[in-house]
Amino acid sequence: MATTTLTRRTATVAAPVARFTGTGHLVRLALRRDRVLVPIWLGVFVMSAAGSAGATVGLYPTEASRVSVAATINGNPSFAALYGPILDPTSMGQVSLFKMSAMGAALVGLLAVFLVARHTRAEEETGRTELLGAGVVGRWAPLSAALIVVAGALVVLALLTAAGLVGAGLDAVGSLSFGLSWLVTGLAFTGIAAVAAQVASTSRGTKGLAAGVLGLAYLVRAVADGSPNGDLVGLRWLSPVGWSQELHAFSNPRWMVVGLAVVFAAAMVALAYALVDRRDLGAGLLPDRAGTATAPRNLSGPFGLVARLNRGFLVGWALGAALLSMVMGGLVANIGGFVDENSRPFFEALGGQQGLEDAFMAAEWSLIGVFFAAFAVATLLRLRGEESAGRAEGLLASPLTRWRWASAHLTAALGGAVALLVVAGVFGAFSTARATGDDAWWGKVAGAAGVQLPAIAVLAGLTLVAIAFVPRWAVGVSWGLFTAFFLLGEIGPLLELPTWMLDLSPFAHTPKVPGEVVSAAQLGGLVAVAVALVAIGLVGYRRRDLEA
Amino acid sequence: MSPVIEITDLSKAFGAVRALDHLDLTVERGEVHGFLGPNGAGKTTTLRVLLGLLRADGGAVRILDSDPWRDVATLHRRLAYVPGDVALWPNLTGGEVIDLLGRLRGGVDRTRRDALLERFDLDPTKKGRAYSKGNRQKVALVAALASDAELLLLDEPTSGLDPLMEEVFRQVVAERKAEGATMLLSSHILSEAEALSDRVSIIRHGRVVESGTLAQLRHLTRTAITVDVVTVPAGLADVPGVHDVRVEPHGTGARVTCEVDSDALPTLVDALAGAGVHGLTSAPPTLEELFLRHYSDDLAGVR
Repeated sequence: MATTTLTRRTATVAAPVARFTGTGHLVRLALRRDRVLVPIWLGVFVMSAAGSAGATVGLYPTEASRVSVAATINGNPSFAALYGPILDPTSMGQVSLFKMSAMGAALVGLLAVFLVARHTRAEEETGRTELLGAGVVGRWAPLSAALIVVAGALVVLALLTAAGLVGAGLDAVGSLSFGLSWLVTGLAFTGIAAVAAQVASTSRGTKGLAAGVLGLAYLVRAVADGSPNGDLVGLRWLSPVGWSQELHAFSNPRWMVVGLAVVFAAAMVALAYALVDRRDLGAGLLPDRAGTATAPRNLSGPFGLVARLNRGFLVGWALGAALLSMVMGGLVANIGGFVDENSRPFFEALGGQQGLEDAFMAAEWSLIGVFFAAFAVATLLRLRGEESAGRAEGLLASPLTRWRWASAHLTAALGGAVALLVVAGVFGAFSTARATGDDAWWGKVAGAAGVQLPAIAVLAGLTLVAIAFVPRWAVGVSWGLFTAFFLLGEIGPLLELPTWMLDLSPFAHTPKVPGEVVSAAQLGGLVAVAVALVAIGLVGYRRRDLEA
Repeated sequence: MSPVIEITDLSKAFGAVRALDHLDLTVERGEVHGFLGPNGAGKTTTLRVLLGLLRADGGAVRILDSDPWRDVATLHRRLAYVPGDVALWPNLTGGEVIDLLGRLRGGVDRTRRDALLERFDLDPTKKGRAYSKGNRQKVALVAALASDAELLLLDEPTSGLDPLMEEVFRQVVAERKAEGATMLLSSHILSEAEALSDRVSIIRHGRVVESGTLAQLRHLTRTAITVDVVTVPAGLADVPGVHDVRVEPHGTGARVTCEVDSDALPTLVDALAGAGVHGLTSAPPTLEELFLRHYSDDLAGVR
């Protein structure tokens, strides 16, 4: 009780133990809130890894067959840049899990970011931390509880993944090392998200900041792996996603990398705690500045409002898109450098230099299309977010109709996606044309960007239908569908799923441009589905009760 | 002239919960109508049906001679609404929100807006996340009261306001009433409705149980009196307007508790002269007490 008599300044550096008071209760609260969500996500990750492994283990029984397929994969620069190369072609585990290693680790990092934001800044933003903070809860307790829960979930994920891989027929030590390679990236981004949650003042900002760092980290390793002759491979050490590769799972694992990740995460967490002590509850690091007393001219209706609300989000995505497509475009010119004697026949079969460059561009753009669909889903879900936050009520009590309100959000989602496609297209085409000295890329990239839009519109349509008919579950349903479609495209063929199942994903119907002939019927079909979904969604949204 | 709001036999259920149960409500043009009821009685649900935010399961609802579910855009141009729980965008300033809502309605009367900001002592340059509950309430109040709407729907408009601001709110309501505006004002505080309303409807368990002018509902507005006296005056129970007299020994004298109609207070005070009053408290009844007293059968039935 002696601390109560101290001055305010010294009180902020009170006994560290007291600052953790209540952590145990908050951990139990968080576990209860996550009892459905987290097991589902862990299940999706474990099944994706075990499914990929199980499907490929039988395909390459001999070392020679693995070396051969690894040479093919490593010889394809688009694979090397997007997924990372197979570092040890003799290893069964590396060959069967190459799509799940760097990409899987990045998605684990994304899961960590979302969970940390959910239990820290989101709680604070909604005022629930205030409610709890008034009780016997230390200043560091909410962050500590979040970190314990997220780190615990990541450790469980690593162990379950290892168990799943053993079940799929891989060796135990290698499986454990693969599980740990996911943990490495997950822990690093737990720490990064903890800091982001102190810097940003909203949960959206927290996720945006940390996911931006994640995107950058992925890009750094893509540059490292995509560099001709491996010139820049050392850059991987700068990226927490690259660390998961440097652990060399399944091939003389470097266990020390786990230590590196733990030290890095601990440093980030220490920084986060220090920031907690330096800011007010509810505030970010940057103080709120006063704004304008009157609304600017463009803030005069639903479209202006929605544009204003999504502005920052779109700018962040546009910066990422510009950077990504610039770097990827630059890689195209180096493709010849990847081709060695082993993969020469494969190279020729694909159509030589020209065919390979086209295939690279098409693969890059189909992934960009999926990313931008995520943007459209996130932007459109604001329609539901405004409703559940209680802000739609006041607006819809004004002469604003639900049609216009929903249309404004739809316009932001699809208009934003178009803007992103244009940005990525212009920067990608510019850098590709410059690197190769071939202006034909402008046309090819324009085509590659354009064909992505119909599938994005279908995702937006599905999200609108979810908001209209299952508002309380709209967020989960929309992201669940998105994830399912993404996984169908990524690992569905590996699992040898039937064609009709793979065709459920709208992304499966996007032509691989450049290279593939564009079928008007195929794109028209996607557009028709999107229009129908949007119409159903708009009518449904008009006809239902507003729900808080 | 037809009433501004006419609700007959309105029902609304959320799953198994019946929020509104054959509710009737009439609001005449130019009146301030108090809409009273305890928490969870269905006040906000009724307002949301009137705004077309919720769809009625059954019954007829007319508001400004329109159907609230169908005629959203034209109807909402003529009314303004203050939600019970005001949520603002964290990164928009209060001034921006007020202007946005005004422009959605067709335009902002800048003089009126600025005068209201002044009177409510609200800083319009602060971001939504920086406002306290009371200040968020003021943003919604200024936005609604600055409009020239002929009907104002106010859902517990003074929650979070300090007494000084409550007084400002009462003045502004009186001014808008003088200009001819009609108001439906929901509240769970009887004294607030008393101070502002011409007529009052009381809602409980989704139906209106009492409706009328304050004079008609005088029996609901008795004051509870507790007096400590040396001697109990004879015939106290027979004084007109005095009810439920109870006497119990207290110290050397007695403690008398009773309830008295507001207009009978002077008579009671006269009757107590010479009784040697050495302690007196008076308390207006809370709505909950009224409900307990007047609808206890109903309560027992619910239990």
